Order: sequence, then C-alpha cells, then structure tokens
Amino acid sequence: MRSADDWLALLQEVPDPEIPVLNIVEMGIVRNVDCQENGVLVNITPTYMGCPAMDAIADDIRDKLTPLAQEEGRKLQVDLVYAPAWTTDWLSDGAKAKLEAYGIAPPGRTADKRALNGEAPSVRCPLCKSDHTEMVSLFGSTACKAHYRCHDCSEPFDHFKCI
Amino acid sequence: MNTRFEYLLRLGDDALILGQQLGLWTGHGPVLEEDIALTNIGLDQIGQARAWLSLAGKAENQGRDEDRLAFHRNQEGFRNALLCERPNGHFGDTIVRQFLFDAYAVPLHAALAQSNDAEIAAIALKSAKESAYHLRHSRAWLVRLGDGTEESHEKVQASLDLMLPFAGDLFFSDEVTTAATDEGWGPDPSDLRADWEAILSDTLSEAQLRRPDAVPEQIGGRQGRHTEQLSFLLAEMQVLPRTYPDAKW
Repeated sequence: MRSADDWLALLQEVPDPEIPVLNIVEMGIVRNVDCQENGVLVNITPTYMGCPAMDAIADDIRDKLTPLAQEEGRKLQVDLVYAPAWTTDWLSDGAKAKLEAYGIAPPGRTADKRALNGEAPSVRCPLCKSDHTEMVSLFGSTACKAHYRCHDCSEPFDHFKCI
Repeated sequence: MNTRFEYLLRLGDDALILGQQLGLWTGHGPVLEEDIALTNIGLDQIGQARAWLSLAGKAENQGRDEDRLAFHRNQEGFRNALLCERPNGHFGDTIVRQFLFDAYAVPLHAALAQSNDAEIAAIALKSAKESAYHLRHSRAWLVRLGDGTEESHEKVQASLDLMLPFAGDLFFSDEVTTAATDEGWGPDPSDLRADWEAILSDTLSEAQLRRPDAVPEQIGGRQGRHTEQLSFLLAEMQVLPRTYPDAKW
C-alpha cells in the first residue's frame, strides 16, 4: 500500500498544463493528500477562480492515479478546495528559477503587496536579465500572468502575477 | 423563502452576468491587451459565479448544480443587480460599469471573508484578491479616459451619467440581506455603501469627472425585475444547453 508521500511523489510527475516546466505540486495546486483504508483523497486549489486548467488538471490526476489506486483496492477522489486561497508565495525558489529559465518572469514576494496596491513592482527580464522593463498590461496570456516588455532587449515577456 | 439560497444567488448572478458580458469583448477589444484584459476579468467572474452558484445549489437542496442554475432559469429567476446587465456599449461604458461594480466587490469580498460560514469565507477570500486586481485595472482606465482628451472625457462622463442610476441596485436591502446579517453570512449591502462612495469620490476627482446630479435609482434586479437587455443576454448564453440539454463538450 502506498503512503501519502508515495502519492505525492507520483503527483510530482503531473505537469501543469499551461506551464509544463512546473509540476502541480511545485505550483502549489496540490494542497493535501489523505490516505484512508479504501480511498485516496487529493485536494487541489485553483490559482484563479476561473482557471480553465483546473478540469484538465483533475483529469490528469485521475488518469495517472486511478489505475494505481485500483490495484490497491482504493478509490481515488479529487476535490476542489478554495481555502486557504492560493498565493504565489507557495512557489518555491526552485520553481521560480525554473519559471525564469522557461521565459516567464517569476513573482516576487507578495508579502509586499505592491502589485495589488497599484505600485508597479520592478520585474527582471527573464531573457536578458535587465531590470529596465515596463508593464504593458495587467493581464497576459493566462489568468495568472501579466504582460511586460524589456527596454534593453526589446522582447515581450510574461510575468507571473503576485497574489 | 430559502433566504440562504436567495443570498447566494445574488452573489453568483452578479458575477455570472458580468462575466458573460465581458466575454462578448472577445475579439472586439480596442487593442489586443484590453481584449485580453476584459476577457481575463470575465473569466475570473465566471469562476466566482461557478463557486457561488454551486454553493447556492447546495443551499437549495433540489439537485440543481451551477450549470443547471446558470442555463435553465428564466429572466425572472435571475437575481443580478441591474448594473450588471447594462449593455457593453463602447469601451468607456464597459469600463465605467466595471469600475462601479469593482468598487462594490472589493469591500463586499472583504466583508464576506469575515463570514461565520466557512464556505462563504473561503470563496470570498479567494475572490478578494481578484477583485482588488480588477479594481486596479478599471480605476486606472477611468482616470486615463476621464483625465484624457476632450473627447475621451466627454464620452466617459456620458457613460457615468448613464450607468450610475443602475448601481443603486447593488445596495438593495430586504429580508434576504437582513437574514444574511442576522445569521452572520455576510454584510448588509447598504453597509458597503460608504466604502463604495469613498472609492467613487476619490477616483472621480482624480479622473476629473463630475458626479451626476441625483437621479432616481433603478431598483429591481434582486427581485427578478429586469430590463429587456437581460433576456437577449440569456437567449445567447443559454441557447445551446437548452436546445441540446444533454450536450457534452
């Protein structure tokens, strides 16, 4: 019988559908794994309420884990939870480094809430590492990103919003 | 009356109708960035609507889920505030409508986050982060347009004159909102008015916009008395699931 840690390790093999360099555990989307005699309960939480990837993520989890749970005579359940609310602070430093290498400027610490309070945070260009960048739009290619451009290398890039 | 169901419907329907309207901007934004922004905000609203309506369905306990509630109610069954069903109009109209709503949603979600109902508080805490971001966007545009060119100023002033009378519906109080405060689910909307007024007055002054003289407020959405605009909106939103009730993506 697999332990909760074993299931969590398996969940680390499920990539985020929009940001495939990160897995759903690193993203902070997997909140909890609860192992019972007859069942495995996985709680997931959305980055944004309307994130259209949530259904795909739940399906990916079911596709991967259901057969393994069945082998053990357990039933897999994937539940969506809203509390505690997802925050970019759950992205580890390792995950942020992967984001930047992938071309997405990672969020800063949100504990400083400048992003929400109107002050533009300084965002480093993930391509040429210049701090000489400018926000083009508060909203980007997905619900969790904003759109920036770099004044030094002139490239547009996505920035993971701080929430 | 199932007051808890009614209360949650109001929260869900505001988000649903506004989200549907913002979705209509897909491919029609004045610039690509705003096309993306408005539809992203719409997506957040639909996400919030889904959470509220799902909870409403549980409160009603008649087996209706969020999809059933969204797609199989008629106009009289909707409880959104009249402001949310005002047509998109031009970009300035949409920005004013969104600003008036966001300035209400921010204090609303802050108050609901203190709800003694854990499910309501969880949805509100999540929504609060999104509504703060939405307000930042709509407020910035209102200032930019109001304090912009002569033409943008005149147009957005006219949008404000047009939309403001419908905002009164957001603060409608009745037995449902009384039950909400008595039970500790959430605030009486009339209590949110001072916060809303403060955001409004601060922003209008920065945007060089004039608050229209007092006009009679249009009330009725919370009781299912809607403008004709809602029926057109519902016809478009509901046609597919009503024509093919068992259709699956």
